[in-house]
Amino acid sequence: MTSAERRFPDVDPPVEPGLEPYWEAATEGRLVLSRCAEDGAALWPPRPFCPRHASAGVRWEPAGGGAEVYSYTVVHRGEGAFAAVAPYVLAYVQLDEGPRMLTNLVTSDGRPATEASIGQRVVARFEQQGKLPVLRFTQSH
Amino acid sequence: MSIRGAAFIAGAYEHPGRVLPDTSTAQIHVEAAVGALADAGLDLTDVDGYLCSGDAPGGPIAMADHLGLAARHLDSTDLGGSTYVAEVSHAAQAIAAGKCSVVLITMGGRPRSAGRRVPPSAGPAQPFEMPYGHSNPASYALAARRHMHEFGTTPAQLAEVKVAAAAHAQHNPNAFLQKPVTVEEVLGSPLIAAPLHRLDCCVVTDGGGALVVVSPQVAQSLERRTVKVLGAGEAAKHTDLGRIDLTYTGAVWSGPRAFTEAGVSHADIDYVSIYDSFTITVIITLEDLGFCAKGEGGRFVSDGTLQATGRLPFNTDGGSLCNNHPANRGGMTRTIEAVRQLRGEAAAAVQVPNCDLALVHGTGGWLGTRMGSATLILGQEDA
Repeated sequence: MTSAERRFPDVDPPVEPGLEPYWEAATEGRLVLSRCAEDGAALWPPRPFCPRHASAGVRWEPAGGGAEVYSYTVVHRGEGAFAAVAPYVLAYVQLDEGPRMLTNLVTSDGRPATEASIGQRVVARFEQQGKLPVLRFTQSH
Repeated sequence: MSIRGAAFIAGAYEHPGRVLPDTSTAQIHVEAAVGALADAGLDLTDVDGYLCSGDAPGGPIAMADHLGLAARHLDSTDLGGSTYVAEVSHAAQAIAAGKCSVVLITMGGRPRSAGRRVPPSAGPAQPFEMPYGHSNPASYALAARRHMHEFGTTPAQLAEVKVAAAAHAQHNPNAFLQKPVTVEEVLGSPLIAAPLHRLDCCVVTDGGGALVVVSPQVAQSLERRTVKVLGAGEAAKHTDLGRIDLTYTGAVWSGPRAFTEAGVSHADIDYVSIYDSFTITVIITLEDLGFCAKGEGGRFVSDGTLQATGRLPFNTDGGSLCNNHPANRGGMTRTIEAVRQLRGEAAAAVQVPNCDLALVHGTGGWLGTRMGSATLILGQEDA
């Protein structure tokens, strides 16, 4: 596979009931966060309950999609289906709304990025990957 | 109820195999069990408590069947690689509660021959982690990168951990890697997940081990020198609803719990067994346990501190970085080497003189997402 053809593999993890509002928005390319209905705290990964106010329930609210890189690694030896993708960037980005999320950085045309820096501004984008819309981030302009 | 003095480790056995293509995982458990019981001067028929982890073939019921045990206390704790550190504490708790008096703990696995890999993102978070290629080295690399950013830790400082482990492994004839290495060789090895190089990563080996934990009454009846369980702590550290801080581990909680129960301080510790899945794991763990300040771990390990002749000798068998990492779980072999040190039975070149107190710490899981942490403080028989 040449570098121009590299793309992330379809991995299709099991998706269980309870997060329909997240997946429905993601399918339309929109990022929504589950927030505690009691104190508004964002909960990531999304979950249908707040561990701190378990009886309060959650509400689903849109996020702006802007984020900054909290940490990253350039993976040179991918495992399994990711062996052919390497090098790729695995990162934690901190969304402007607060949550830190595990993700990949991609180029503007959706290919795996091969470099990153802490503090770098990035923006959310969804890509259909197998059965799931997957949240990744690309350099902001 | 405290477990201080409630139980003693009477038997320890590390399977000598590192590549076992023709041995079943169940057979590794058997050989380890027999080895540890023989070390204690006991038999399978003496065992009344049995502990393994969820990865044992068929789980604890099938293993109790296979080993022919008449166990009246069973436990299959699964805290990843920290499991066996925690299970010494669980065995002591069960003994203190009067549930049993001879507890056998076994582990085994064949990741080198069978290619088994732990899924790094199992559980409810899987759809939000698995698509991204979150491999074990990549997970630890995320923590290493952030530590470097916040505290100025360098790749050469990470490499010092491997250099110390390799210096010890040359004295272990069973170690998978026995050759000393230099900082330059670590930095010159291929990048796996930057900033971690191949030589920042633990080995992948087949093998296993076992421990026998007994009541004070049984310990007194044995001829073999035993090791006293003084204190233990556990914790789970995780993504905290999206507020993960990659610069610390669950050792910040499990460590103080163990020190408090044992009633000892850092200056009292003569030897540490730190689960060294990767070099960064050791640096962050030493900070979190309080052997140096947060952020100082890189500098702390840089002057030969961790070598057998240094201020805080660690992993004198060569650790998971060089000696052995069976089943991708380091807690068992870390505990076994601490027992050797306290019995004065480590390799002569790396035996810590007058080793009275040892600390064992296991980190099971992933620095980049979630982990089980277990700390154990052990002492000589009369500690």
